[in-house]
Amino acid sequence: MSADHFFVLGATHHTAPIEVRERLAVNAEAAEALRGELSSIPGLREFTLVNTCNRVEFYGVATSPAAAVEVQSRFCTRQRFTAAEFEQFRMSLSGFDAVRHLLEVTAGLDSQMLGETEILGQVKDAYGAAQARGQTGPVLNRVFQKAFQAAKHVRTDTAISSGQVSVANVAVDLALNIFGSLAKTRILLLGAGDIGEKTAKAFQSRGAGSLSVASRRLESAMELADSLGAFALPFWLMPVKLAEFDIVVCATAAPDTVVSHAAAQTAMKQRPARPLFFIDLALPRDVDAAAAKLQNVFLYNLDDLAKIADENRAAREAEIGKCRELINTRADALWKHIEPRLQASLNGNSPLPEQGRPA
Amino acid sequence: MFAGLSDRSWLWLAAECYFVGLLLGTWSLTRRNRQSGVALNTIIAVGYLFQLTGLWLRGRAVGGCPLGNTFEIFQFTSWSAITLYLIVGVTFRLSLLGYFTSCLAAAVTIVSLAIPAWDATRREHIFGGNPWIELHAAIALFSYGVFALLALTSFMFLLRNFSLKHKMPGGGFTFLPSIMDLDSMSVRLLVIGVTLLSISLAVGAVYWLRDLQSVNLTKLLLTVAIWLAYEVALGLRLKGKLLAQRFAWAGVILFGLALLSLWPVDASRHAKPVPARVSR
Repeated sequence: MSADHFFVLGATHHTAPIEVRERLAVNAEAAEALRGELSSIPGLREFTLVNTCNRVEFYGVATSPAAAVEVQSRFCTRQRFTAAEFEQFRMSLSGFDAVRHLLEVTAGLDSQMLGETEILGQVKDAYGAAQARGQTGPVLNRVFQKAFQAAKHVRTDTAISSGQVSVANVAVDLALNIFGSLAKTRILLLGAGDIGEKTAKAFQSRGAGSLSVASRRLESAMELADSLGAFALPFWLMPVKLAEFDIVVCATAAPDTVVSHAAAQTAMKQRPARPLFFIDLALPRDVDAAAAKLQNVFLYNLDDLAKIADENRAAREAEIGKCRELINTRADALWKHIEPRLQASLNGNSPLPEQGRPA
Repeated sequence: MFAGLSDRSWLWLAAECYFVGLLLGTWSLTRRNRQSGVALNTIIAVGYLFQLTGLWLRGRAVGGCPLGNTFEIFQFTSWSAITLYLIVGVTFRLSLLGYFTSCLAAAVTIVSLAIPAWDATRREHIFGGNPWIELHAAIALFSYGVFALLALTSFMFLLRNFSLKHKMPGGGFTFLPSIMDLDSMSVRLLVIGVTLLSISLAVGAVYWLRDLQSVNLTKLLLTVAIWLAYEVALGLRLKGKLLAQRFAWAGVILFGLALLSLWPVDASRHAKPVPARVSR
């Protein structure tokens, strides 16, 4: 039996530049239509479409290699690619390599942001969608379920997902180290620029309590506050209100210090038992560096956050070898398990247990 | 298999469990893995049961709460800390508290077992057959167990504060609880400890007032000084005058002083020590 019966084909950020991925991207409606088309391909017994911003991948079980060729052809037609053009950017694997690839993707090893966890949810969603439509069978069920287990195993036993690798998420993690939970924290965003907005969104996505925005131009503050579901605060009120906030994200374009040591000290006198966390993302810096010396005040500037993100990224990269070893072992065991069953499945005589079959 | 084991053998088993907990926690930390709470808590719980059995055997042999020498006092204090950890620590799931508790318990129990002189003699009839005095002593030492846990949460606070102030949140520091959680836990422990010690002193004071000569002045002064120091720390904390790392330092230093005060307190008892006649 040929390993070609189990295949993956598609394009990812490793094989295709962003301009090509834009053309390859499949929206929800098109994905649904494509699934319908693929269902009718003769010899394609099982398939799942994994479609994210960085990858379009078809995992399939087919009675002959011709089915995989047909999958590619239908996809190219829909996305207006010629076969030759697509093949420049195509990733195509089969047998053990395809199994290992899925395990690596699910564990975040193949992601642009190494070790990110979002991909696991995306693959689960893709598998769930295919399973709900009866497009998976004993082989894909087994492979995907084992991939989810492998991803969990890799994340638990290695540091591949530890530490945040973006400045905004590093800031959120630091806030969690100080406050434990963000649910009751009050956050003040100074400045209405992009980086501040991204950081504010990162806080909101992790359950931040209340958010206020202050900018020298009140209209800008109101506009951003509106889009974030936050409160707008007149900038001149900031020194007076500083003590009311737990986390202050500073991202103004001001040429001088916005929060002086004296202002921080005055705020702390009003809230001595509760820490105050300044995230200074501005250049030139908004917060007087001397404020960091105050008790219960924590100050991180852009360099501090970038350094932590770089360290976390390096720590993740150092784990790649260990992760690949774990993945290879599991992929090997999985392939040895499914290879003999693949043929049985294709003959319509699945030896896999009932729970492994599609609903 | 365990039938016929002496009290000290049980206490050795307990110390070994706490030591295994220490090794397991250290291994997890060096591998930068999150601690396995279930495994560590199970080991601590087994050690606790061994220690409870050892202390129970010793208590049965001496006919009262085993607080007759330095060895017993150290064992009882570590047992109190573990008791409280199993109630408070497990409930509030403070990451790494179990690890630090097993470190402290391993150190205290192994040191007390390794110095035979601490258990060579013991004072008998120290409570004069009065259960209230015995209760006073037991609660006082239990409060020291609470202060031991407070010292641990304070130490953890200092580590977390250091890591954040020095921009080093990674490595082993990753697994420490947040500043706010540690501070909140420390305040609760201080309130519990001060309350217990106050109750203990109140019970003791009733009998001391009846017979002023019954308590050695050194013991009295040291105990009251420790109680007063913790009371002042609590008062200052609640008034917002002793906060953050200063409060944490107070928790660590006061426990060191409390531990040091146990020697003179034990030595100042009226009853003369006699060679210990307990099962070994």
